[in-house]
Amino acid sequence: MKYMLLMNVAGGGPYQIAGWAAADITAHIAFMRDFVKKLAAAGELVGAEGLSGPDQAKLVRAGAGGAPITDGVFPESKEFLAGYWIVDVDTPERAYTIAAEASAAPGPGGRPLNLAIEVRQVMSGPPTDWTPGA
Amino acid sequence: MIPRMDDSAQDLLRELAPTVLCVLVRRYRDFGGCEDAVQEALLAAAMQWPAQGMPANPKGWLITVATRRLTDQIRADTARRLREHLVVSLIPADEQIALAADAAGVNERDETLDLYFMCCHPALSQASQIALTLRVMGGLTTAEIARAFLVPERTMAQRLTRAKQTIESAGRTFPDPTTQDRAARLPSVLTVLYLIFSEGDTASGGDDLYRVDLSNEAIRVARLLWRLLPDHPEVAGLLALMLLIDARRAARTGPNGELIPLDEQVRSRWNQERIAEGKQILARALAQGAAGTYQVQAAIAALHDEAPSIEATDWPRILALYDALRFHDSPMTRLSRATALAMVNGPAAGLAALDDLALDPRLATHHRLAATRAHLLERAGHHAEAIDEYRCAAERTTNTPERNYLLLRAARLSDSLAGVELKSVVG
Repeated sequence: MKYMLLMNVAGGGPYQIAGWAAADITAHIAFMRDFVKKLAAAGELVGAEGLSGPDQAKLVRAGAGGAPITDGVFPESKEFLAGYWIVDVDTPERAYTIAAEASAAPGPGGRPLNLAIEVRQVMSGPPTDWTPGA
Repeated sequence: MIPRMDDSAQDLLRELAPTVLCVLVRRYRDFGGCEDAVQEALLAAAMQWPAQGMPANPKGWLITVATRRLTDQIRADTARRLREHLVVSLIPADEQIALAADAAGVNERDETLDLYFMCCHPALSQASQIALTLRVMGGLTTAEIARAFLVPERTMAQRLTRAKQTIESAGRTFPDPTTQDRAARLPSVLTVLYLIFSEGDTASGGDDLYRVDLSNEAIRVARLLWRLLPDHPEVAGLLALMLLIDARRAARTGPNGELIPLDEQVRSRWNQERIAEGKQILARALAQGAAGTYQVQAAIAALHDEAPSIEATDWPRILALYDALRFHDSPMTRLSRATALAMVNGPAAGLAALDDLALDPRLATHHRLAATRAHLLERAGHHAEAIDEYRCAAERTTNTPERNYLLLRAARLSDSLAGVELKSVVG
């Protein structure tokens, strides 16, 4: 079963990481790189992407005739999605373990950040053995 | 397990791909169908040659197989397609080969060129032009192109199919190109090749192991084009530019893909063979007069490649070359000119030039403007402002190694500022 692990970080102001010491940034980047490598080596990684900063984000709705109406930047305080991983694992517990590992990514002074990682199961295709009304 | 084809056979195969397609298109017109057939023939060669040995006449082999695939396909197709290709399907495949239409009267060079133009047809989106060029001129498979751009294979297959349909429907309204048309269409081909090259240069992420090297692909295809048009100064200029930039590739990134800027690169890691080749091609092109933008950019790249260090670089000449490029209104070129100006006349002059550039809406919120300003501010000793600009650039870039580099640059400056403050408190 596939799970999407979403990393939400606090919005408002610059990236939190921007205020860290160089050694802490380096350690954080190395952790994230190794984390993805390890998932790939275990055959559990389906995909992973980091997203660009929220100041480039737009909210879009269809206007008259379907033309896009874009809304400027998000409100300052809002949380935003910084990136996600999709993993293919046997049990939900395994997905939680992976999420916990991501949550412990090092922050300032090398201390774990304990980020909140949102774990969502990815919907699957139609079942083969389901015959309602049969 | 299918035996793997060795590199020289692979190179030959991909070099023959556009020629074989030319022959087929000349005979049967149907670009999309011919292109599919050539792809199938290439695939058949990749499967059969390693096991059965290379045929005596590889080109003839590919033409025969591709023609057979094309006629099979036509026979299996709908009645509409059958009517369109009635002439082809009535002639047995073997006889069609015997016609040897690639002989007298036709200019093979122009026809190969026309394939380039078709791939860069103005009716196509840039993404489609790139994909089609890689497939038709580069002989890459759909799967390889998909992997190179990190998109699903199905998406790339669809993009290619739609591109071919667009060409076919647009093609009917276009007469055969004249020499003048060809000259007018060449710039778009050069643009596409340079885009492919740049993509390979900056692409990030993904599993590198099985990714096609787009920079090498662009150089390979540009080389083929240069062989067709050896006296065209801009074709030579583009090829030289690619070689001269690519020469620095090994020094440009660290072991984990981190970005290493020009001033921190270990120059002994630059590829001297590429530099020599690029300079030779450039010298020949410059001797023909009429300097175009690719030649000028190649000349700038050559000056960097020759320099033993940032300080010992011939910045006045580089600045003069950027001035020569001013008629060519590219924001990135103007940004690089500001850097050169700062190297010649000091950071304050460069910063003043950047203030002018900030009025250009294409650059005003571009991360490179902020990054350049940050560097110049740092060099001028305005560290606190430099930190802000580095961070601003980091937030705006969409390239991960670039963002990491900018964040680290800000953090190091900030660390050293904090160190200074701490010392003054303790002292």
